[in-house]
Amino acid sequence: MRLVEQFERGLDAPICLTWELTYACNLACAHCLSSSGRRDPRELSTVEAKAVIDELERMQVFYVNIGGGEPTVRPDFWELVDYATAHRVGVKFSTNGVKISPAVADRLAASDYVDVQISLDGATAEVNDAVRGTGSFATAIRAMDNLHAAGMRGFKISVVCTRHNIPQLDQFKALADRYGAQLRLTRLRPSGRGADTWDELHPLPGQQRELYDWLVAHGEGVLTGDSFFHLAAYGSALPGLNLCGAGRVVCLIDPVGDVYACPFAIHDTFLAGNVRTAGFQAVWQTSELFRSLREPQSAGACGSCGAYDACRGGCMAAKFFTGLPLDGPDPECVIGHGAAALSTVDPLAAPRPTGDHSHTGGVRGGPVPVTIGRRRPPDRACDENPVAGLVPAGAG
Amino acid sequence: MAAAGFDLEGRYALHPQVAVRPEPFGALLYHFGTRRLSFLKDPRLLAVVRGLSEAPSARAACTAAGVGEPDLPKFAAALATLADTQMLEAS
Repeated sequence: MRLVEQFERGLDAPICLTWELTYACNLACAHCLSSSGRRDPRELSTVEAKAVIDELERMQVFYVNIGGGEPTVRPDFWELVDYATAHRVGVKFSTNGVKISPAVADRLAASDYVDVQISLDGATAEVNDAVRGTGSFATAIRAMDNLHAAGMRGFKISVVCTRHNIPQLDQFKALADRYGAQLRLTRLRPSGRGADTWDELHPLPGQQRELYDWLVAHGEGVLTGDSFFHLAAYGSALPGLNLCGAGRVVCLIDPVGDVYACPFAIHDTFLAGNVRTAGFQAVWQTSELFRSLREPQSAGACGSCGAYDACRGGCMAAKFFTGLPLDGPDPECVIGHGAAALSTVDPLAAPRPTGDHSHTGGVRGGPVPVTIGRRRPPDRACDENPVAGLVPAGAG
Repeated sequence: MAAAGFDLEGRYALHPQVAVRPEPFGALLYHFGTRRLSFLKDPRLLAVVRGLSEAPSARAACTAAGVGEPDLPKFAAALATLADTQMLEAS
């Protein structure tokens, strides 16, 4: 049996998983996959988070991709990182850089078990800040300057590819090279607030080809988190496993302990269970949802397409949140089947992401919504914002 | 006939920063220093890798794991890849 087929049937433990530690964030990025902003009062406590790490150690999960929200604003963030690495669970964390001071950079540079991904969605302040908010480019650059000065090499610059930054791929590469960093490009999904901004941000058809050719030319030197396997239909596969690992080799633990099939699928349809009630291992190994994802999947409408073996029908989350059936083409199918399928669905009937922790009034310098967002739930007395000194901008 | 840069007669060991997770298809290897993941696609290769540090040579580790002469070049090539990516080190 080919290795990919083994993986599609699922492993006893994930190869790695994404763990979002908090919904709190100092930014309000227009495409946030988890609609983050405000802390959720039900978030896992320090003790509960350590119990999850104990389970990951027992299951021999080599490393976790920690994100959020902005994970470093959790007061116990470094305590949890130290606990994980002391238990042979490596940590890669994604940050906008807000807490990467010179002292923190020194500490990171000294650890073999911690890796950092700085999120940057434009190679210039103009392109980046339009999506991530005013000043966010400067924050990221300062963090990278600190990491570089501390001697940290090989940290990641993590870019979500949009139609506005695909023309900057060479600039991103030059930036990464200048810092001795590694470039990581990932696919924009219509998840979280990305559901509202997808139409304005996702790459244009011609840009998909441009991106594919660029990735082929740069090979393994550029990381992709295996997220562009839908582009394999152009020809040869890109480096990586080229499969949807959701519930098979990867998953998401969200800040309140809910386990989803993947970080881009925060919706009740893809909720496998909660670590509080069953423990992570039981959810991973016995949930009905994950068992069904490990069964052979129907190619459905894609069954007659010669490219199916290459693209495997594309991304489950991208289909789901654009209202397409899961056994049909990806909305960004490079052959064009997605565009044809989208023309037959009512975009207003597409499922909405579950949960919304967006700042209720936006943040100062936050990106200006390019679409009229959904009405946010009213502020509640229990809402807590752990980001000190943050002044919400007017709601107008 | 070993791959270039890998000596079947040499002594090797897993790098101390490498973790091994057995799987039905073989094993997953993760190097905490290079942060690279590798797949061992044959359970016998896992046995070889685990036996390396105790064996007088890589060839002996292969023999002890039941790898016959015809399969040796294939295993030598796999071990060479692991050495190239610092999963193994000469000891």
